[in-house]
Amino acid sequence: METQNIALSSELTQLFPDVISRDERPSYEGYLIKPEHLIPTLKELRDNLGYDYLSSVTGVDYLPEGKMEVVYHIRKSTGGAPLVIKAQLDRQNPVVESIVPLYPGAEFQEREAWDLLGIKFEGHPDLRRILMWEGFSGHPLRKDWKEGYYEEDAKPFKSRWPVGHYVSAEEKNPLGMNVDFPAGFDPESWVPEPETALYAGLQKIERDDEETGIGTEQVIVNLGPQHPSTHGVFRMAVKLDGETIVGLKPVMGYLHRNHEKIGERNTFLGNMPYTDRLDYFNSMSNNFGYALAVEKLMGIKPPERAEYIRVMMAELTRIVNHLALFGFLMNDFGAYFTPFLYAFEERELILDIFEAVSGSRMMCNYFRFGGVARDIPDGVLEKVKGLVFDRLPRKIDDLNLYITNNEVVRHRAEGIGVLTPEQAIAYSCVGPVLRASGVPYDLRRAQPYSIYNRFDFDVAVRYHGDVYDRYLIRLDEMHQSLKILQQVLKGIPEGPIQEGKPQYIVKVPAGEAYGCVEGPKGELGFYVVSNGKPNPWRYHVRAPSFINLTPLETLCIGSKVADVVVILGSIDIVLGETDR
Amino acid sequence: MSEQKNAYMYGIGVLKTLGLAFRHFIETYIDDIRFWGKRYRTPEGIAYRSSKDVKGVFTVQYPDEKIPVPEEFRYLPFLIYEEKDGQIEYRCTSCGICAKVCPPQCIWIVRSTNPNTGRPIPDPAEFYIDIDVCMNCGLCAEYCPFDAIKMDHNYEIANYDRQFNVYDKAKLGRPVSYYASIRPINYQREEEARLEAEAIRAARKV
Repeated sequence: METQNIALSSELTQLFPDVISRDERPSYEGYLIKPEHLIPTLKELRDNLGYDYLSSVTGVDYLPEGKMEVVYHIRKSTGGAPLVIKAQLDRQNPVVESIVPLYPGAEFQEREAWDLLGIKFEGHPDLRRILMWEGFSGHPLRKDWKEGYYEEDAKPFKSRWPVGHYVSAEEKNPLGMNVDFPAGFDPESWVPEPETALYAGLQKIERDDEETGIGTEQVIVNLGPQHPSTHGVFRMAVKLDGETIVGLKPVMGYLHRNHEKIGERNTFLGNMPYTDRLDYFNSMSNNFGYALAVEKLMGIKPPERAEYIRVMMAELTRIVNHLALFGFLMNDFGAYFTPFLYAFEERELILDIFEAVSGSRMMCNYFRFGGVARDIPDGVLEKVKGLVFDRLPRKIDDLNLYITNNEVVRHRAEGIGVLTPEQAIAYSCVGPVLRASGVPYDLRRAQPYSIYNRFDFDVAVRYHGDVYDRYLIRLDEMHQSLKILQQVLKGIPEGPIQEGKPQYIVKVPAGEAYGCVEGPKGELGFYVVSNGKPNPWRYHVRAPSFINLTPLETLCIGSKVADVVVILGSIDIVLGETDR
Repeated sequence: MSEQKNAYMYGIGVLKTLGLAFRHFIETYIDDIRFWGKRYRTPEGIAYRSSKDVKGVFTVQYPDEKIPVPEEFRYLPFLIYEEKDGQIEYRCTSCGICAKVCPPQCIWIVRSTNPNTGRPIPDPAEFYIDIDVCMNCGLCAEYCPFDAIKMDHNYEIANYDRQFNVYDKAKLGRPVSYYASIRPINYQREEEARLEAEAIRAARKV
């Protein structure tokens, strides 16, 4: 697979002479493209060369060079490593054509790049801020932007040692003084606008009822942000015609903390516990993705036993996530908290294992570059074996037996929120959402990482693309995870768990790396740019919960208002990761 | 599709679902009888309710009951001191690695200097941890070369006032015996490593 890609890549510069050139910077991969030729080239790549699946779009601010770079990771939906294409823009006036007409999945990602980096995407249908609020000044991921409570560009801060007299950050920079507003903006007199831009985006169709001839009015309803069915602080502005959805716009960013800026301040190692807080159900998977990205930069590989432990933790996490999803989805169906607690019972037993191994149930912080933090304590493997070989298969079958054929569940889920395979690929859906639409794409097979190529498992796939299939595929995936876990437990070797000596200062050479794992929610990617310093220059998270929301409007239009809750539940989002 | 759907719309699935809940309900009582009053508020009852064999209700009634935490459990760091002839001697040498590795930068150390020579001496004058900021990641304990800072097991630290949430050296200090009691396996391993290192050093001197 690797050689094919290289063969193709040598062709690329010949296919598009004067347009594409190799990225010659040391330890950078992929190609530089002239921004003015972006759209025709990508169209050619998509239509004739099979790169139909956009993985990620992000930007990097190269302040010293005066450049702003847009980075595209484009994949084939049949598998393989991503093609990395970069367009370099002038930092003073970063404008590039939007690729939303080619890849609709870029919609939110380009909005995010505009919001955080100030890159303008011409031709984007709805280029508004997405994570920050409208009264926010500047673009926070630019290198010359400073946050409130700013101390230094990079940790460790010098004030802590050797003269660390404690000062609370709020004392130095009191509340209210730590914010910046755009010119002419007064927070005291500011009245929130009626969000015309948001509501204008909603489709407006006035129609007369055919039978009665009575003119009906469409109303806008805001679902959320404070509503239990939105799984966090997530808001959907919905246009309703009676009970039917005619337009929907998701609004997010209520939980935004600029994880990526924090990541740039942190040291490479110090960032590891922060990744736990992205998708707080799956901290082990988050650790895994970040460790892979940095290990790729450092050029190290963990020892055998550590690889097995990593896979074991990642698959246990997948089961935890799908059990939690099962519970929440049943809540959304209206089966209030009984099936939820049955699923959480199993989750609790797995979290006990995480606690015994890593010290914490949810914020595991267990992976290190080149290994894991500590070996598995005595007796824990027996517990895992008891769960994997005995209890979990039985309990997952129980859930399946009792819920799957329940008439209420089937009635509420079948045929609701259908996503076709073509749409799923176009909208850059990942993970179970993509696979439930009949696209058997799983990174563990498409671009095997760690030691997944050693295990025998099937890529779960379902073909209807409705809520019911998105529910069923989670059950299938739990079975496949158990299958992997059984092989892991049989094959786990003795040996060291860390490559070299554990180091608190990690030497990461300059370069860029994109590390990705098939997280429980889909492709979780970490794009890391290092300039050789102890802190990353750029740290970007390709968040599956965020990008899976792109097709939400398509899924919901035509459904009833009660179905929106179920559709959102079946996509499986965690706001810690969506809002970052 | 709709014909198919109608074919099984007899409510049997719903009854099965209710059956699961009913089975769960019955199993709790069977277990109550099986344990005969020992299912609750006893160590074996708590262990049973968090084991893979549990049936029925598995809730642990905090705060009447508490699940014992595993050895690796981490919640807030503490500083270890040794008691020698009634004197308290902290293991910390104020090397500053914990302050440097701390991801949210919540550790503040002041080094002490010898008043005569002005040189730093390996003993922190002050040591603060802002526990409002601490994220319990455990990196300080993991990378301390002197085993001087370790993660605690006590998670019941709620209080009414934020101003008490900056812990100083006195509030962070715990004797070695406390550490040995909460993390016996780790303690033993570290002691063995220490004795071995000392033996090597002694051998070199001879």
